[in-house]
Order: sequence, then C-alpha cells, then structure tokens
Amino acid sequence: MRYRLILRRISFLIMVIWAASTITFFIPRMSDRNPIRERFAELARTGGFSAGDLETIVASYNKKFGLDKPLFEQYTDYIGSIAQLDLGVSLNRFPKTVLEIIMESLPWTIALLFVSSILSFIIGNLLGAIAAWPKSPSWMRSIATPFVLFMGIPPVLLAIFLLFLLAFKLKLFPLGQAYSTGIAPDWSYTFMLNVMWHQILPAISLILGSVGGWVLSMRGMGVTIQGEDYVNFAEHKGLQGGVIFRDYYLRNAMLPQVTGFALALGSIITSGAVVEGLYALPGLGSKLSQAIQSNDFLVIYGIVLFITMSVATLMVLVEFLYPLLDPRIKQD
Amino acid sequence: MTTLTSPVAPPIQPSRWKLIRGYLRRNKSLLVGLLILLFLILFTLTGLFIVDPKHAFPLSVRSKQPPGLLDFAIENWPGKLPLGSDFFGRDMYAAMVRGLWQTALIGVLSGAAGTLIGVVLGFTSAYFGGLFDTIVKGICQILTPIPVFMIQIIIASSLDKRDVTIFTMAGIVVMLAWMAPTLVIRSQVLSMKERQFVSVAKLSGVGNGGIIFGEIMPNLLPFIAAAFVSQVFNGVFSSFYLAIVGLGPLREPLLGNLIWGAQSQGAFFNGWWWWPIWPAFAMVLILSSLALINMGMDELANPRIRKTE
Repeated sequence: MRYRLILRRISFLIMVIWAASTITFFIPRMSDRNPIRERFAELARTGGFSAGDLETIVASYNKKFGLDKPLFEQYTDYIGSIAQLDLGVSLNRFPKTVLEIIMESLPWTIALLFVSSILSFIIGNLLGAIAAWPKSPSWMRSIATPFVLFMGIPPVLLAIFLLFLLAFKLKLFPLGQAYSTGIAPDWSYTFMLNVMWHQILPAISLILGSVGGWVLSMRGMGVTIQGEDYVNFAEHKGLQGGVIFRDYYLRNAMLPQVTGFALALGSIITSGAVVEGLYALPGLGSKLSQAIQSNDFLVIYGIVLFITMSVATLMVLVEFLYPLLDPRIKQD
Repeated sequence: MTTLTSPVAPPIQPSRWKLIRGYLRRNKSLLVGLLILLFLILFTLTGLFIVDPKHAFPLSVRSKQPPGLLDFAIENWPGKLPLGSDFFGRDMYAAMVRGLWQTALIGVLSGAAGTLIGVVLGFTSAYFGGLFDTIVKGICQILTPIPVFMIQIIIASSLDKRDVTIFTMAGIVVMLAWMAPTLVIRSQVLSMKERQFVSVAKLSGVGNGGIIFGEIMPNLLPFIAAAFVSQVFNGVFSSFYLAIVGLGPLREPLLGNLIWGAQSQGAFFNGWWWWPIWPAFAMVLILSSLALINMGMDELANPRIRKTE
C-alpha cells in the first residue's frame, strides 16, 4: 500500500515537472522572437562582423542547438536533456552553462529564503496561537495585530519603504549589494558580519510580508482546537497552562500549517526573487532579472524551470514528511 | 365580525440607504477598503483634469526635481511639480495619475476574464461531471504547484518588448490565473447541486439551463463577486511583479514600471527618493484596499463568519 502511494506522489511530481518543461518549451517557440538572431544582431550593431555574416552565424548556431530539426525531435531532445539536468548554456557568458550560473547564486538565495521563511513561520505561528489562546494576557495578543495589517502588502513594497526609512534616511543599513565594495569575499569573521549586515533588510522585508498570513491561519486553527475534548480534559486533569499550550494546543494546531507552508513555497520563492533583485543581492532572483534585461533566454528558461522543479519537489517532500509529524496518518 | 387590530405597530422597513449604512458600520473592513478605493478614484479623476497627460512620458519636464509639496513656503509653489520628476523627465504626478488607472485597468480586465473563465469551467465541469470534469480538475491540480509568476516570466519574455501593451499584460496574467476561481466555483457548485431545491426543480422538469441560471447561479453570486475581487487583487499583484522585473509595457508609467526604472537607475543611491516612494505608496493603497474589500466580501458571502453587534 505504502509503496503505491509513494509511487503515485512521485509520478505526480514527474507530471508537474513535465508540464512545466513543456510550457517552457512551446511558449517561446510560438513567438517569432529568435534569441540567437537577436543576440547576434546586437553584436553586429556594436561592430565586429557584417550583417551578411549574421545569417550564416545564425544558421550554424541553429544547427548547433538543433533548432533546424523537426519540432517533435527538438522536443524529445529537450525533455531528454532536462531529465539529465542539462539546462543549456548562457548566451551572454557563453562557455558558462546555465546550471553553473544557478549553482553559484543558489547558496545566497537558500540562505536568505531559508532563514527568513523559517523565522516568519515560527513567529507567525506563535503569535497566532497566543492571539487565539483565551488565557494569554491581552498585551501579548495585541502584538499580532500590526503584523496582520502588513499582510496584503507584497514584501517588495515593504523593502522599498525599509530602504527609504532605515537605509536612506537613518543610514543604519546599506542600500543594497551583498557586501560592501572594497572587501574581498573570504570566510573571515568580519566579512561574515558584513554579509549579515547586508542581509538584514531583505530578510526583515520578507518576514514582515509573510508573518501576517501565518498569524491569521494559526489564529483560525487555534480557535477550533480550543473547543476540543482533549484540551478540556487536560484542563480538568489540572495540567499547567504552559504544558497545555505547548503539547495539547500548539502541536495540534501546527499540523495543517505545515501543509500550508508547502503550499506557500511558490509565493515565498517568487517574492524572494523580486526582493533579491531590488537589493541587488547575487541570488537567483537577481540573475533572473539580469537575464531578462540582457535577453539571455536560455538562462531565463533554465532558472524558471529550476525554481519550478524545486518548488514541486519540496512540496512532495513535505507531504512525505507529514506522517512523521502526525502519527495518525499512516499514508494508506 | 370584528376587525382584528394588531397590537404592535406594523414594522417599519428601513430605507435601503440606511440598511447599507448599518451594514457598512458592522463590516469595517469593507467600509475602509471602499473609502481607500474612493480616495484613489478621486485622486485619479482630479489628476486627469489638472495635469497635462503628455507629462507622464519622458523628456516632458525638467528631470530630477524634488517634490514641491514638501516645500513649505507656499509662494514657491507655482511652477513646481507637486510630486517631483524622475530621471527621465517625467512629471511624477502625471505619471502616477496615468499609472494608477492603467494598473487598475489591468487588474479589472484580468479579474473579469479570469472570473468568467472560472465560472464557465467551474459550472460546466461540476454540473455535468464525467470526463470533462476529470480533465479540468487534473489540469488545475498539475498547474497548482507551478509558481505562476515563473510561467508568466516565460510568456512575457518571449513577447517582443515593443508589442507589450496593458492589454497584453492583462492577457498574460489571465492565462495562468483561472485555476483558483475554477476550483472555488467548482466546489461550490458540487455542494449546491445536491441541495434539495435543486432536486425539486429537477423533478418538476426544469432543464439544465434553468437549473444553472435560475437555481444555482443566484445563490452563488456573492461567491462569484468575492472571486472577482480576489482575481482583481491577483491581477494587480502579478502585473506589478512582472513590471518590477522589467517585463511591463516599457512606454507606459505603470506603477511597477516606475519602481523598476527607479531601481535600475539607482534612485536611492542618487538621492531621488521620491521616484520609487510615490508608486510604492500608491501600490500599497490599491492592494490593501482590495484586500480589505475582499475580506469584507468574504463576510458578505459567508454568513457564518458574519459579525453581529
């Protein structure tokens, strides 16, 4: 039984990745833009070779990338190379493959998004649980309200206001970049501190933008759990309020939130990418917007596909981990 | 026979206006959201009368002027730009007026189209069921884990940048925004079609069209309205994200485009803080007004969470 379920989830994952790669294959081919021609036409304008050579260069590159083959053959080649995680090469930084570009920027993105989304998940769930818990003091409950107000505001707008107030007016934080210009990146203590100092504003804007959602859903969950029999029973047993809060109330209310976290991954990565671009951090988001501005199509498609695949994979992983958190679900 | 006189006075039906006012007093989020929306509409309408529409485009006024509003000596005001101007020589006030209604138009267009597709697909798949339902549900489920913004980037970047208008923006947004309303409407129709009044109508010989438009649709109108508002929110949100990474219609002063321009010219580094701040502020107002209206509409559509005073 169990293997069949795992098999079903994995085949769903493969379907999602296949759908995403099919979309990224066909949509660009439906438009009449030819990335290679555009790229070399740009080069021809800045000088280097005559316009007559352009056609032969484009033709040879079309042959090299297999763009002269029939569409179906191109498609099977493409799906085959995706299966081997071969995302092609950058048109602008030619010998570099797209995967290399992704790998050099991935650590920055993971560090920022991991820290900020975990922090926001913890803060939001705690605040939401406190807000719904009838015995918590009123001043603690009111902490949650300002976060809920920020909920409708995308993190990138918060980032602009934080930049204006804390970096531009008060000059407490830098205006962008991953580390100050003029210091060489190494593993020293001062450099690490410098990087952290640059990451604080992006992290705060991502956290502020997402805490409210967790607060609201946790508060809703907490209200329904209060009325459960086992919570009443624990109270009648005379357990300490803190124990009831932690073991009977918070734990059970957290469970659906974990699924919610998996569903939120897409929007976490999306807003993370946009915020990275705004602060000019060297992560995936900045690489994506640079590629958009310089028409480096294979990098755009590669990064998009990579993000899509990782979101889908993470979602399925969370689903597999769920029975470890909730032993009532045996996955059958 | 004696005429019976009722001991209590006949109930006075309060006027419609009074009912609406009373409801809005209870439903605070709807009220605040509508007030913010009214403010934005008034800002745009007065702006359309005051400013020269040509000043929303580059090279129309002196560039990099700080906002005149912050100059407290009123005698300096004539000839100054109230919200300043940007690096390209756009009057920020004119650009904001144009950008606001265009951003809103993208939202409304994509919201309307997305809701329409959602209603049609949701109704047909839930009501008739069968293979069509399986296909629609399957497509929605497979597309849901894919981050929509990523696919929108692919679509927008394979268009020629000169061709992109606000209508293509709305189209790009709609292409991947119909899944959520479809699933919402579908689940509502599924539960609605098992209700007794539908069975009664069916047994009395009402046709499919009569049941859909006469029995189910009127009951779902609040849900459809709520779905519309959240679709408008999504449309504004996604087109803003697309514009902020430089995939918007570059000619137009959409709010996202203004911020993108400010960011790529290093507005904060150069001290032109007003350039990104005004559009960001307007965006916050639009999004929070829509979110508040959406919350209020939820309450209207779902009487269970309706507050009583």
